[in-house]
Amino acid sequence: MENTKIRVALAGNPNVGKTTLFNAITGSRQHVGNWPGVTVEKKTGVRTYRGYDIEITDLPGTYSLTAYSLDEIVARDYIIEEKPDIVIQIVDASNLERNLYLTTQLMELHTEMIIALNMCDLALERGDKLYIDKMQEILAAPVVQTVASRDIGIDELLDRVIEQKQDDKYHGREIGYGDVIESKVLEIEKILLTDPSLQKKYPLRWMSIRLLEGDGNVKAKVEKSPVSTAINQLLASIDQEEYEAEIADKRYVAINAIFPQICTRCNVRLTKSDMIDRVLTNKYLGIPIFLALMWGAFELTFAFATPFTDMIERAFVWLAVNVSSGLEPQWLASLIGDGIIGGVGAVLTFVPNIFILFFLLSLLEGSGYLARAAFIMDRLMYKIGMHGKSFIPLLMGFGCNVPAIMAARSIEDEKDRLITILVVPFVSCGARLPIYILLAGAFFGRQAGTVVFFMYVLGIVVAVISAKLLRSTIVKGKPAPFIMEMPPYRVPTLRTSIVHMWDNGAMYIKKAGTIILLGVVIIWSLASFPWGIEYGSEGSYVGMIGHFFTPLLEPLGFDWKMTVALVFGLVAKEIVVASMGVLYGVGDNPEALTTNLIADPSITALSALSLMVFSLLYMPCVATLGVIKKETGSWKWTAFAFFYGIAVAWIMAFLVYQGGKLLGY
Amino acid sequence: MSEITLDTLKPGELARITKVRVKGPARRKLLDMGMVAGSEVELVRKAPLGDPIEFQIKGYHLSIRREEASQIFVQMIE
Repeated sequence: MENTKIRVALAGNPNVGKTTLFNAITGSRQHVGNWPGVTVEKKTGVRTYRGYDIEITDLPGTYSLTAYSLDEIVARDYIIEEKPDIVIQIVDASNLERNLYLTTQLMELHTEMIIALNMCDLALERGDKLYIDKMQEILAAPVVQTVASRDIGIDELLDRVIEQKQDDKYHGREIGYGDVIESKVLEIEKILLTDPSLQKKYPLRWMSIRLLEGDGNVKAKVEKSPVSTAINQLLASIDQEEYEAEIADKRYVAINAIFPQICTRCNVRLTKSDMIDRVLTNKYLGIPIFLALMWGAFELTFAFATPFTDMIERAFVWLAVNVSSGLEPQWLASLIGDGIIGGVGAVLTFVPNIFILFFLLSLLEGSGYLARAAFIMDRLMYKIGMHGKSFIPLLMGFGCNVPAIMAARSIEDEKDRLITILVVPFVSCGARLPIYILLAGAFFGRQAGTVVFFMYVLGIVVAVISAKLLRSTIVKGKPAPFIMEMPPYRVPTLRTSIVHMWDNGAMYIKKAGTIILLGVVIIWSLASFPWGIEYGSEGSYVGMIGHFFTPLLEPLGFDWKMTVALVFGLVAKEIVVASMGVLYGVGDNPEALTTNLIADPSITALSALSLMVFSLLYMPCVATLGVIKKETGSWKWTAFAFFYGIAVAWIMAFLVYQGGKLLGY
Repeated sequence: MSEITLDTLKPGELARITKVRVKGPARRKLLDMGMVAGSEVELVRKAPLGDPIEFQIKGYHLSIRREEASQIFVQMIE
């Protein structure tokens, strides 16, 4: 039987409408996972078209295949090692010159290529002229005009894929690099040819060019071969930086020769984007507008999410009560009611926030504003050892740390991203507010507002100091250089935003959910055993832990009850208040709790302040921990985040409590 | 004609790149993005806090920090 499966890879620069095209081709039948061994997202989808199963893999957006970043390595290795049948390069028709740079590199990989000339409408609207036939001839590849956001040209693109698969009409073409480089390329090729195993795996001309450019990843591929000594000798004799610049130069020279033949660009001096930017990145207005927009996005998220969050919470409380009331024996009822249903509830209450926040973020990104946000804030962030792109995740942390950590994905540099993930938990999320309200309300009277404000400021200060500290110790180095395209402003597509929202929400439920559930069940077990004790009482394991850690927490002014409440707070910080209610025997009556707290001689205003500081800084919650594990892909960093948070919390609470005592409070 | 660095341009000024002296991974990235000798660049605007700086090059907009821009040499185009 004839093989009717075609494997297609989508490649292209960022901001060319790659995701939109991918969604337009695959519809909703797509699968998100990770590339094996790395945290870069892998999206695949299958489209059945004219009897063929076209399997499409969305490669990470890259400007180049000269691998420096993880994205570039992933994209390139997929093309070389997995050998897809066809690579579609999506090219932004309104930004041809730079986009063709990637084309010149794809040619060298000897893959069957089709060019999807996307966003043609924008280019034509602007008055550009595109000569498609000439382009097909010069690039020796089929060229299809598409407008992915309006589903234009998709079928034609798929027709070309099938045509190209049936009889490869077009064969790639390569660019020349001039006599000096070409002679070196030949020299290296000759050496590489002596190892037949390399020739089977890689295009040798491509490999030679990469070696001349000083590509470490390709060098590593050669390292195991017997020819490596000869190669290293040859490379040591040349000035690699010169070659690197010269090769990039020659590619652009080639593009400059091609470009006027395939496109006449209408030079409008002041585009719409420019006019918008005159306002949005204005010296005086830029920052206020940015803050207002962020505040708006934030308000919108929580205004929309809160009713749903409340509904989910109430539904799960109802479910837990009703399911467990009919169950015997009692431990089973408790496991299902308090443990599993409570745990699933804790996972799901974050879902509305995550969905809405990611929807809004996707709108901001699709419109082109997110790049401006990083542009505006970079200077400030750089000063504290972070990248402009870290600002949005930090800001989102005020709502909920979980989506904030997920939002750090937009940061390409691994170190910048790690630091952001590690400091986000210090930003005071919405769940910590009830603790402040209860304690500050009970002990600080009219100063309560000031105390709560102080908590938020403290969170920011600790985050900033931590970023600086991490930069100078375990995550050494400066923030990555800011080299960023400012894409033109566009109207974002609804479909892309909805798919983005759905992907992130589903990912959270699937991946983080399992870890959160595990955490919840562990804490449930600690509160329920040994046999026969009352849930969460002094005699339970959690009570014992409370007593065990009391000597350690006593210098902070905490007794065993506070310690137990903090252990429960690991599930979600909202639970701190609820468990104090249980421990003081007042259930969820806030007024009675306030009265009992004030009456309890073991809590003073000072220890309440210390408790607030500790609650702010110690490990946020199981959900955040789950997301840290998911996003860093490392138990080591997850453990680090956990213990670092506790250490910082302990030190700060100690300073507050002991310092306060010294001052005579 | 004397050489100046990219960060000394004023908004609206046009120049031609003569030499990219940036080191490390940023060098590669800048070359890939079209910051090669011979390219025309125009300084479009600076960020509200003065850094990074936005340039127009090869028909699109690119932002880089002052630090990298100060290692790119250019000649003014009258």
